[in-house]
Amino acid sequence: MTIILDKQQLQLTILRLAHQLAENHVDLNDIVFIGLQPRGVPVSKLVVENIQQLFPNEKVKYGVLDITFYRDDVRSELHKANTTDIPFSVEGKHVVLIDDVLYTGRTIRAALDALQDFGRPKKVELCVLVDRRFNRELPIQPDYFGKAIDTLGSQKVKVEWDKEEVILY
Amino acid sequence: MQLSTKHLLGIKDLVPEDISLILSTASQFKEVLQRPVKKVPSLRDVTIVNLFYENSTRTRISFELAEKRLSADTINFTASGSSVSKGETLLDTVNNILSMKVDMVVMRHSASGAPHFLAKHIPAAIVNAGDGINEHPTQALLDAFSIKEKLGTLEGKKIVLIGDIMHSRVALSNIYLLKKMGAEVMVAGPPTLIPKYISEALNVKVEYNLKKALEWCDVANVLRIQLERQNQVLFSSLREYNLAYGVSKKLLDGLDKEIVIMHPGPINRGVEIDSDVADSNQSIILQQVENGVAVRMAVLYLLAARGN
Repeated sequence: MTIILDKQQLQLTILRLAHQLAENHVDLNDIVFIGLQPRGVPVSKLVVENIQQLFPNEKVKYGVLDITFYRDDVRSELHKANTTDIPFSVEGKHVVLIDDVLYTGRTIRAALDALQDFGRPKKVELCVLVDRRFNRELPIQPDYFGKAIDTLGSQKVKVEWDKEEVILY
Repeated sequence: MQLSTKHLLGIKDLVPEDISLILSTASQFKEVLQRPVKKVPSLRDVTIVNLFYENSTRTRISFELAEKRLSADTINFTASGSSVSKGETLLDTVNNILSMKVDMVVMRHSASGAPHFLAKHIPAAIVNAGDGINEHPTQALLDAFSIKEKLGTLEGKKIVLIGDIMHSRVALSNIYLLKKMGAEVMVAGPPTLIPKYISEALNVKVEYNLKKALEWCDVANVLRIQLERQNQVLFSSLREYNLAYGVSKKLLDGLDKEIVIMHPGPINRGVEIDSDVADSNQSIILQQVENGVAVRMAVLYLLAARGN
Protein backbone atom coordinates (compact mmCIF):
# COMPACT_ATOMS: atom_id res chain seq x y z
CA MET A 1 0.00 0.00 0.00
CA THR A 2 1.44 3.36 -1.07
CA ILE A 3 -0.04 6.78 -0.57
CA ILE A 4 0.02 8.52 -3.95
CA LEU A 5 -1.51 11.78 -2.76
CA ASP A 6 -1.94 12.69 0.89
CA LYS A 7 -4.58 15.08 2.19
CA GLN A 8 -2.66 18.28 1.49
CA GLN A 9 -1.41 17.12 -1.92
CA LEU A 10 -4.95 16.11 -2.88
CA GLN A 11 -6.31 19.56 -2.00
CA LEU A 12 -3.51 21.31 -3.90
CA THR A 13 -3.93 19.04 -6.91
CA ILE A 14 -7.65 19.73 -7.12
CA LEU A 15 -6.99 23.45 -6.77
CA ARG A 16 -4.43 23.25 -9.59
CA LEU A 17 -6.84 21.37 -11.87
CA ALA A 18 -9.47 24.05 -11.20
CA HIS A 19 -7.00 26.80 -12.07
CA GLN A 20 -5.85 25.04 -15.24
CA LEU A 21 -9.43 24.60 -16.38
CA ALA A 22 -10.26 28.22 -15.57
CA GLU A 23 -7.16 29.40 -17.39
CA ASN A 24 -8.19 27.65 -20.60
CA HIS A 25 -11.87 28.53 -20.41
CA VAL A 26 -12.28 32.15 -19.47
CA ASP A 27 -15.81 32.36 -20.92
CA LEU A 28 -17.98 30.20 -18.67
CA ASN A 29 -21.05 30.50 -20.92
CA ASP A 30 -19.73 27.93 -23.37
CA ILE A 31 -18.36 25.39 -20.95
CA VAL A 32 -20.07 22.61 -19.00
CA PHE A 33 -18.53 20.25 -16.47
CA ILE A 34 -19.75 16.67 -16.23
CA GLY A 35 -18.72 14.30 -13.46
CA LEU A 36 -18.82 10.57 -14.24
CA GLN A 37 -20.85 8.35 -11.91
CA PRO A 38 -20.14 7.02 -9.44
CA ARG A 39 -16.53 7.74 -8.48
CA GLY A 40 -15.97 10.83 -10.57
CA VAL A 41 -18.69 12.71 -8.70
CA PRO A 42 -16.82 13.73 -5.50
CA VAL A 43 -13.71 14.93 -7.38
CA SER A 44 -15.75 16.77 -10.03
CA LYS A 45 -17.79 18.51 -7.31
CA LEU A 46 -14.61 19.78 -5.64
CA VAL A 47 -13.08 20.94 -8.92
CA VAL A 48 -16.30 22.74 -9.88
CA GLU A 49 -16.59 24.35 -6.41
CA ASN A 50 -13.08 25.71 -6.80
CA ILE A 51 -13.83 27.08 -10.26
CA GLN A 52 -17.04 28.64 -8.96
CA GLN A 53 -15.03 30.47 -6.30
CA LEU A 54 -12.81 31.94 -9.03
CA PHE A 55 -15.92 33.28 -10.83
CA PRO A 56 -18.31 34.29 -8.02
CA ASN A 57 -20.59 36.29 -10.34
CA GLU A 58 -21.28 33.52 -12.83
CA LYS A 59 -22.98 30.15 -12.50
CA VAL A 60 -20.81 27.20 -13.46
CA LYS A 61 -22.84 24.55 -15.35
CA TYR A 62 -22.39 21.15 -13.75
CA GLY A 63 -24.02 17.77 -14.29
CA VAL A 64 -23.41 14.10 -13.55
CA LEU A 65 -23.50 11.30 -16.11
CA ASP A 66 -23.98 7.57 -15.54
CA ILE A 67 -22.56 5.36 -18.28
CA THR A 68 -23.87 1.97 -17.10
CA PHE A 69 -26.22 1.47 -20.06
CA TYR A 70 -23.39 2.27 -22.52
CA ARG A 71 -20.82 -0.18 -21.17
CA ASP A 72 -19.26 -2.72 -23.54
CA ASP A 73 -19.59 -5.48 -20.93
CA VAL A 74 -23.32 -5.14 -20.20
CA ARG A 75 -23.99 -8.81 -20.78
CA SER A 76 -21.07 -10.25 -18.85
CA GLU A 77 -21.34 -8.36 -15.57
CA LEU A 78 -24.21 -6.38 -14.07
CA HIS A 79 -23.36 -2.93 -12.75
CA LYS A 80 -25.85 -0.95 -10.73
CA ALA A 81 -27.12 2.09 -12.60
CA ASN A 82 -26.73 5.50 -10.96
CA THR A 83 -28.48 8.80 -11.48
CA THR A 84 -27.79 10.93 -14.53
CA ASP A 85 -28.56 14.60 -14.08
CA ILE A 86 -27.63 16.92 -16.93
CA PRO A 87 -30.04 19.85 -16.57
CA PHE A 88 -28.81 21.70 -19.69
CA SER A 89 -28.15 21.02 -23.38
CA VAL A 90 -24.60 20.15 -24.39
CA GLU A 91 -25.29 21.16 -28.00
CA GLY A 92 -22.40 23.32 -29.25
CA LYS A 93 -20.75 23.46 -25.79
CA HIS A 94 -17.26 22.71 -24.57
CA VAL A 95 -17.68 19.70 -22.33
CA VAL A 96 -15.14 18.75 -19.68
CA LEU A 97 -15.59 15.18 -18.47
CA ILE A 98 -14.21 14.65 -14.98
CA ASP A 99 -13.36 11.27 -13.41
CA ASP A 100 -11.17 10.10 -10.56
CA VAL A 101 -8.91 7.48 -12.17
CA LEU A 102 -8.18 6.94 -15.87
CA TYR A 103 -7.25 3.30 -16.39
CA THR A 104 -8.31 1.24 -19.43
CA GLY A 105 -10.19 4.13 -21.06
CA ARG A 106 -13.36 2.07 -21.50
CA THR A 107 -15.44 4.24 -19.15
CA ILE A 108 -14.50 7.33 -21.17
CA ARG A 109 -15.37 5.52 -24.42
CA ALA A 110 -18.83 4.80 -22.98
CA ALA A 111 -19.15 8.37 -21.69
CA LEU A 112 -18.41 9.78 -25.16
CA ASP A 113 -21.22 7.59 -26.54
CA ALA A 114 -23.61 8.63 -23.77
CA LEU A 115 -22.82 12.29 -24.28
CA GLN A 116 -24.02 12.12 -27.90
CA ASP A 117 -27.54 11.46 -26.61
CA PHE A 118 -27.63 14.91 -25.00
CA GLY A 119 -26.61 16.83 -28.12
CA ARG A 120 -23.50 17.45 -30.22
CA PRO A 121 -20.78 19.12 -28.15
CA LYS A 122 -18.37 21.47 -29.91
CA LYS A 123 -15.44 19.97 -28.06
CA VAL A 124 -14.93 17.37 -25.34
CA GLU A 125 -11.99 17.36 -22.93
CA LEU A 126 -11.02 14.92 -20.22
CA CYS A 127 -9.84 15.80 -16.73
CA VAL A 128 -8.78 13.07 -14.28
CA LEU A 129 -7.27 13.08 -10.83
CA VAL A 130 -4.99 10.09 -11.44
CA ASP A 131 -3.76 8.86 -14.82
CA ARG A 132 -2.60 5.24 -14.78
CA ARG A 133 -0.31 5.43 -17.80
CA PHE A 134 0.59 2.25 -19.73
CA ASN A 135 -2.66 0.47 -18.82
CA ARG A 136 -4.80 1.88 -21.62
CA GLU A 137 -6.87 -0.48 -23.77
CA LEU A 138 -8.22 2.27 -26.02
CA PRO A 139 -6.61 5.34 -27.63
CA ILE A 140 -7.80 7.84 -25.00
CA GLN A 141 -5.62 10.37 -23.15
CA PRO A 142 -6.44 13.04 -20.55
CA ASP A 143 -6.20 16.77 -21.30
CA TYR A 144 -5.75 17.56 -17.60
CA PHE A 145 -4.47 15.20 -14.92
CA GLY A 146 -3.61 15.53 -11.27
CA LYS A 147 -0.88 12.91 -11.15
CA ALA A 148 0.36 10.34 -13.65
CA ILE A 149 1.54 7.03 -12.21
CA ASP A 150 2.94 3.76 -13.53
CA THR A 151 1.07 0.75 -12.20
CA LEU A 152 0.65 -2.94 -12.83
CA GLY A 153 -2.71 -4.30 -13.99
CA SER A 154 -2.91 -6.29 -10.76
CA GLN A 155 -2.74 -3.15 -8.62
CA LYS A 156 -5.65 -0.95 -7.58
CA VAL A 157 -5.84 2.82 -7.24
CA LYS A 158 -8.46 4.17 -4.87
CA VAL A 159 -9.43 7.64 -3.77
CA GLU A 160 -10.42 7.42 -0.10
CA TRP A 161 -12.67 10.45 0.39
CA ASP A 162 -13.15 9.96 4.12
CA LYS A 163 -9.37 10.12 4.67
CA GLU A 164 -8.84 12.44 1.69
CA GLU A 165 -6.04 10.30 0.30
CA VAL A 166 -5.26 8.53 -2.96
CA ILE A 167 -3.87 5.08 -2.30
CA LEU A 168 -2.20 2.44 -4.48
CA TYR A 169 -2.85 -1.11 -3.34
CA MET B 1 -25.42 -8.12 -7.80
CA GLN B 2 -28.06 -9.46 -10.16
CA LEU B 3 -31.61 -10.85 -10.23
CA SER B 4 -32.08 -14.10 -8.36
CA THR B 5 -34.08 -15.54 -11.24
CA LYS B 6 -33.38 -16.25 -14.91
CA HIS B 7 -36.98 -15.60 -15.98
CA LEU B 8 -39.69 -13.22 -14.84
CA LEU B 9 -42.57 -15.65 -14.53
CA GLY B 10 -44.26 -14.07 -11.56
CA ILE B 11 -43.73 -11.81 -8.57
CA LYS B 12 -44.17 -14.94 -6.44
CA ASP B 13 -40.63 -16.09 -7.40
CA LEU B 14 -38.90 -12.77 -6.65
CA VAL B 15 -37.16 -11.75 -3.44
CA PRO B 16 -37.55 -8.16 -2.12
CA GLU B 17 -33.98 -7.35 -3.30
CA ASP B 18 -34.98 -8.25 -6.89
CA ILE B 19 -37.94 -5.91 -6.70
CA SER B 20 -35.83 -3.08 -5.28
CA LEU B 21 -33.20 -3.61 -7.99
CA ILE B 22 -35.84 -3.53 -10.75
CA LEU B 23 -37.48 -0.39 -9.36
CA SER B 24 -34.19 1.49 -8.87
CA THR B 25 -33.00 0.53 -12.36
CA ALA B 26 -36.37 1.64 -13.74
CA SER B 27 -35.94 5.12 -12.28
CA GLN B 28 -32.63 5.44 -14.17
CA PHE B 29 -34.38 4.35 -17.36
CA LYS B 30 -37.11 6.89 -16.71
CA GLU B 31 -34.42 9.58 -16.88
CA VAL B 32 -33.18 8.07 -20.18
CA LEU B 33 -36.70 8.53 -21.57
CA GLN B 34 -36.52 12.30 -20.88
CA ARG B 35 -33.34 12.75 -22.97
CA PRO B 36 -33.25 14.21 -26.49
CA VAL B 37 -32.21 10.72 -27.69
CA LYS B 38 -34.37 8.26 -25.76
CA LYS B 39 -32.34 5.21 -26.56
CA VAL B 40 -29.37 3.33 -25.09
CA PRO B 41 -27.24 0.67 -26.83
CA SER B 42 -27.34 -1.88 -23.95
CA LEU B 43 -29.14 -4.77 -25.72
CA ARG B 44 -27.75 -4.31 -29.23
CA ASP B 45 -26.89 -7.99 -29.43
CA VAL B 46 -30.22 -9.30 -28.12
CA THR B 47 -33.23 -10.45 -30.13
CA ILE B 48 -36.61 -10.58 -28.40
CA VAL B 49 -39.85 -12.12 -29.61
CA ASN B 50 -43.15 -10.77 -28.36
CA LEU B 51 -45.44 -13.75 -28.31
CA PHE B 52 -49.03 -12.63 -27.81
CA TYR B 53 -51.64 -15.36 -27.69
CA GLU B 54 -54.15 -12.94 -26.21
CA ASN B 55 -55.23 -9.39 -27.05
CA SER B 56 -53.27 -6.48 -25.66
CA THR B 57 -52.76 -2.79 -26.40
CA ARG B 58 -50.74 -1.21 -23.59
CA THR B 59 -48.58 -4.14 -22.55
CA ARG B 60 -47.59 -4.98 -26.09
CA ILE B 61 -46.78 -1.45 -27.20
CA SER B 62 -45.01 -0.84 -23.91
CA PHE B 63 -42.80 -3.94 -24.26
CA GLU B 64 -42.05 -3.15 -27.87
CA LEU B 65 -41.04 0.42 -27.05
CA ALA B 66 -38.94 -0.79 -24.11
CA GLU B 67 -37.13 -3.26 -26.37
CA LYS B 68 -36.50 -0.68 -29.07
CA ARG B 69 -35.22 1.88 -26.58
CA LEU B 70 -32.73 -0.72 -25.36
CA SER B 71 -31.64 -1.25 -29.01
CA ALA B 72 -32.79 -4.88 -29.04
CA ASP B 73 -34.09 -6.47 -32.25
CA THR B 74 -37.75 -7.41 -31.97
CA ILE B 75 -40.16 -9.78 -33.65
CA ASN B 76 -43.89 -9.67 -33.06
CA PHE B 77 -46.05 -12.72 -33.07
CA THR B 78 -49.78 -12.81 -32.65
CA ALA B 79 -51.75 -16.05 -32.50
CA SER B 80 -54.39 -14.85 -34.95
CA GLY B 81 -53.08 -15.06 -38.50
CA SER B 82 -50.31 -17.51 -37.52
CA SER B 83 -49.90 -21.25 -37.89
CA VAL B 84 -51.51 -21.72 -34.48
CA SER B 85 -54.80 -21.98 -36.35
CA LYS B 86 -53.29 -24.88 -38.35
CA GLY B 87 -52.79 -26.80 -35.12
CA GLU B 88 -49.18 -26.04 -34.15
CA THR B 89 -48.50 -26.49 -30.44
CA LEU B 90 -47.11 -23.72 -28.21
CA LEU B 91 -43.80 -25.54 -27.74
CA ASP B 92 -43.37 -26.17 -31.49
CA THR B 93 -44.12 -22.55 -32.30
CA VAL B 94 -41.60 -21.28 -29.76
CA ASN B 95 -38.90 -23.79 -30.73
CA ASN B 96 -39.29 -22.76 -34.36
CA ILE B 97 -38.87 -19.13 -33.44
CA LEU B 98 -35.90 -19.87 -31.19
CA SER B 99 -34.14 -21.84 -33.95
CA MET B 100 -33.86 -18.46 -35.69
CA LYS B 101 -31.57 -17.34 -32.83
CA VAL B 102 -33.89 -15.47 -30.50
CA ASP B 103 -32.62 -14.74 -26.96
CA MET B 104 -35.71 -13.72 -25.00
CA VAL B 105 -39.43 -14.40 -25.10
CA VAL B 106 -42.06 -11.96 -23.87
CA MET B 107 -45.25 -13.91 -23.63
CA ARG B 108 -48.94 -13.42 -22.99
CA HIS B 109 -51.24 -16.42 -22.93
CA SER B 110 -54.81 -17.10 -21.80
CA ALA B 111 -53.71 -20.30 -20.02
CA SER B 112 -52.37 -19.81 -16.49
CA GLY B 113 -48.90 -21.36 -16.23
CA ALA B 114 -48.11 -21.27 -19.96
CA PRO B 115 -44.84 -19.32 -19.45
CA HIS B 116 -43.85 -21.64 -16.58
CA PHE B 117 -44.32 -24.60 -18.93
CA LEU B 118 -42.15 -22.94 -21.58
CA ALA B 119 -39.45 -22.08 -19.05
CA LYS B 120 -39.00 -25.80 -18.35
CA HIS B 121 -38.53 -26.66 -22.01
CA ILE B 122 -36.61 -23.87 -23.71
CA PRO B 123 -33.25 -22.20 -23.01
CA ALA B 124 -34.34 -18.58 -23.64
CA ALA B 125 -35.22 -16.14 -20.85
CA ILE B 126 -38.97 -15.68 -20.50
CA VAL B 127 -40.90 -12.62 -19.37
CA ASN B 128 -44.51 -13.24 -18.45
CA ALA B 129 -46.70 -10.50 -19.92
CA GLY B 130 -49.83 -11.99 -18.38
CA ASP B 131 -50.91 -15.63 -18.09
CA GLY B 132 -54.62 -16.36 -17.70
CA ILE B 133 -55.81 -15.53 -14.21
CA ASN B 134 -52.39 -16.16 -12.62
CA GLU B 135 -49.89 -13.28 -12.79
CA HIS B 136 -49.00 -10.11 -14.67
CA PRO B 137 -45.67 -9.27 -13.01
CA THR B 138 -44.61 -6.21 -15.04
CA GLN B 139 -47.97 -4.56 -14.31
CA ALA B 140 -47.46 -5.04 -10.58
CA LEU B 141 -43.92 -3.66 -10.87
CA LEU B 142 -45.06 -0.56 -12.72
CA ASP B 143 -47.90 -0.10 -10.23
CA ALA B 144 -45.38 -0.28 -7.40
CA PHE B 145 -43.05 2.13 -9.21
CA SER B 146 -45.92 4.59 -9.68
CA ILE B 147 -46.98 4.38 -6.02
CA LYS B 148 -43.38 4.87 -4.91
CA GLU B 149 -43.01 7.85 -7.21
CA LYS B 150 -46.19 9.40 -5.80
CA LEU B 151 -45.87 8.50 -2.10
CA GLY B 152 -42.10 8.00 -1.71
CA THR B 153 -42.29 4.47 -0.33
CA LEU B 154 -44.38 1.30 -0.32
CA GLU B 155 -43.64 0.34 3.25
CA GLY B 156 -46.58 0.84 5.56
CA LYS B 157 -48.82 2.22 2.81
CA LYS B 158 -52.39 0.97 2.61
CA ILE B 159 -53.42 -0.20 -0.82
CA VAL B 160 -56.85 -1.52 -1.75
CA LEU B 161 -57.49 -3.54 -4.89
CA ILE B 162 -61.09 -3.07 -5.97
CA GLY B 163 -63.29 -5.21 -8.21
CA ASP B 164 -62.81 -8.50 -9.99
CA ILE B 165 -60.16 -10.04 -7.74
CA MET B 166 -61.16 -13.57 -8.79
CA HIS B 167 -60.21 -13.20 -12.46
CA SER B 168 -57.48 -10.59 -12.15
CA ARG B 169 -53.84 -11.51 -12.68
CA VAL B 170 -53.03 -7.88 -11.89
CA ALA B 171 -54.54 -8.38 -8.43
CA LEU B 172 -52.51 -11.49 -7.64
CA SER B 173 -49.20 -9.99 -8.80
CA ASN B 174 -49.95 -6.79 -6.90
CA ILE B 175 -50.74 -8.68 -3.70
CA TYR B 176 -47.49 -10.68 -3.86
CA LEU B 177 -45.43 -7.59 -4.60
CA LEU B 178 -46.99 -5.23 -2.07
CA LYS B 179 -46.78 -7.81 0.73
CA LYS B 180 -43.10 -8.49 -0.07
CA MET B 181 -42.36 -4.77 0.08
CA GLY B 182 -44.09 -4.23 3.41
CA ALA B 183 -47.35 -2.57 2.31
CA GLU B 184 -50.76 -3.36 3.78
CA VAL B 185 -53.16 -4.85 1.26
CA MET B 186 -56.94 -5.05 1.17
CA VAL B 187 -59.17 -6.51 -1.50
CA ALA B 188 -62.67 -5.08 -1.98
CA GLY B 189 -65.59 -6.04 -4.20
CA PRO B 190 -68.69 -8.19 -4.30
CA PRO B 191 -68.32 -11.55 -2.50
CA THR B 192 -68.85 -13.39 -5.79
CA LEU B 193 -65.71 -11.81 -7.26
CA ILE B 194 -63.44 -12.38 -4.25
CA PRO B 195 -61.95 -15.86 -3.73
CA LYS B 196 -63.33 -17.37 -0.56
CA TYR B 197 -60.10 -18.16 1.29
CA ILE B 198 -58.01 -15.25 0.01
CA SER B 199 -57.56 -13.64 3.42
CA GLU B 200 -56.02 -16.81 4.92
CA ALA B 201 -54.10 -17.81 1.78
CA LEU B 202 -52.51 -14.46 0.97
CA ASN B 203 -52.80 -12.62 4.28
CA VAL B 204 -54.86 -9.69 2.97
CA LYS B 205 -57.82 -7.82 4.42
CA VAL B 206 -61.20 -8.35 2.78
CA GLU B 207 -63.92 -5.70 2.62
CA TYR B 208 -67.28 -5.93 0.89
CA ASN B 209 -68.22 -2.28 1.48
CA LEU B 210 -66.58 0.07 -1.00
CA LYS B 211 -66.95 3.19 1.13
CA LYS B 212 -65.22 1.54 4.11
CA ALA B 213 -62.44 0.30 1.85
CA LEU B 214 -61.82 3.79 0.46
CA GLU B 215 -61.83 5.29 3.96
CA TRP B 216 -59.10 2.84 4.97
CA CYS B 217 -56.69 3.20 2.06
CA ASP B 218 -53.96 5.56 0.78
CA VAL B 219 -54.17 4.15 -2.74
CA ALA B 220 -57.09 2.54 -4.59
CA ASN B 221 -56.16 0.34 -7.54
CA VAL B 222 -59.41 -0.17 -9.45
CA LEU B 223 -59.52 -3.32 -11.58
CA ARG B 224 -61.46 -4.04 -14.73
CA ILE B 225 -64.44 -6.36 -14.69
CA GLN B 226 -63.15 -9.23 -16.82
CA LEU B 227 -66.34 -10.27 -18.58
CA GLU B 228 -64.38 -12.39 -21.05
CA ARG B 229 -63.18 -14.69 -18.25
CA GLN B 230 -66.50 -15.01 -16.43
CA ASN B 231 -68.46 -18.03 -17.55
CA GLN B 232 -71.27 -17.63 -15.06
CA VAL B 233 -73.40 -14.79 -13.74
CA LEU B 234 -71.50 -13.26 -10.81
CA PHE B 235 -73.47 -10.01 -10.54
CA SER B 236 -76.80 -9.04 -12.02
CA SER B 237 -75.86 -6.17 -14.32
CA LEU B 238 -73.05 -3.73 -15.05
CA ARG B 239 -75.33 -0.94 -13.93
CA GLU B 240 -75.91 -2.59 -10.58
CA TYR B 241 -72.19 -3.22 -10.23
CA ASN B 242 -71.52 0.45 -10.88
CA LEU B 243 -74.02 1.50 -8.23
CA ALA B 244 -72.49 -0.74 -5.55
CA TYR B 245 -68.78 -0.84 -6.50
CA GLY B 246 -68.15 1.89 -9.06
CA VAL B 247 -65.65 4.50 -7.77
CA SER B 248 -67.45 7.83 -8.12
CA LYS B 249 -66.51 11.45 -7.53
CA LYS B 250 -69.17 11.67 -4.85
CA LEU B 251 -67.61 8.81 -2.86
CA LEU B 252 -64.13 10.34 -3.08
CA ASP B 253 -65.41 13.80 -2.09
CA GLY B 254 -66.95 12.22 1.00
CA LEU B 255 -63.54 11.07 2.29
CA ASP B 256 -61.50 13.18 4.70
CA LYS B 257 -58.31 12.71 2.64
CA GLU B 258 -57.22 12.63 -0.98
CA ILE B 259 -56.40 9.09 -2.04
CA VAL B 260 -54.45 8.06 -5.15
CA ILE B 261 -56.51 6.39 -7.89
CA MET B 262 -54.95 3.77 -10.17
CA HIS B 263 -56.27 1.50 -12.91
CA PRO B 264 -54.27 -1.00 -14.99
CA GLY B 265 -56.45 -0.40 -18.08
CA PRO B 266 -58.34 -0.90 -20.25
CA ILE B 267 -60.94 1.18 -18.40
CA ASN B 268 -64.63 0.43 -18.58
CA ARG B 269 -65.81 3.98 -17.96
CA GLY B 270 -69.01 4.11 -15.99
CA VAL B 271 -68.61 0.52 -14.74
CA GLU B 272 -65.78 0.11 -12.21
CA ILE B 273 -64.74 3.76 -12.35
CA ASP B 274 -66.53 6.95 -13.39
CA SER B 275 -65.06 9.19 -16.08
CA ASP B 276 -64.61 12.22 -13.84
CA VAL B 277 -62.59 10.10 -11.38
CA ALA B 278 -60.42 8.48 -14.07
CA ASP B 279 -59.60 11.92 -15.52
CA SER B 280 -59.16 13.74 -12.19
CA ASN B 281 -55.92 15.00 -10.61
CA GLN B 282 -56.08 12.20 -8.07
CA SER B 283 -55.72 9.64 -10.83
CA ILE B 284 -52.24 8.48 -11.91
CA ILE B 285 -53.55 6.16 -14.62
CA LEU B 286 -51.55 7.75 -17.45
CA GLN B 287 -48.41 7.99 -15.30
CA GLN B 288 -48.75 4.22 -14.81
CA VAL B 289 -48.65 3.76 -18.58
CA GLU B 290 -45.67 6.10 -18.91
CA ASN B 291 -43.77 4.29 -16.16
CA GLY B 292 -44.55 0.95 -17.82
CA VAL B 293 -41.90 1.50 -20.49
CA ALA B 294 -39.14 2.31 -17.97
CA VAL B 295 -40.06 -0.64 -15.74
CA ARG B 296 -40.08 -3.06 -18.67
CA MET B 297 -36.72 -1.70 -19.85
CA ALA B 298 -35.37 -2.46 -16.39
CA VAL B 299 -36.74 -6.02 -16.42
CA LEU B 300 -35.38 -6.81 -19.90
CA TYR B 301 -32.03 -5.17 -19.16
CA LEU B 302 -31.54 -7.02 -15.87
CA LEU B 303 -32.58 -10.40 -17.33
CA ALA B 304 -30.33 -9.92 -20.38
CA ALA B 305 -27.42 -8.90 -18.14
CA ARG B 306 -27.93 -12.15 -16.30
CA GLY B 307 -28.02 -14.13 -19.54
CA ASN B 308 -24.34 -14.97 -19.91
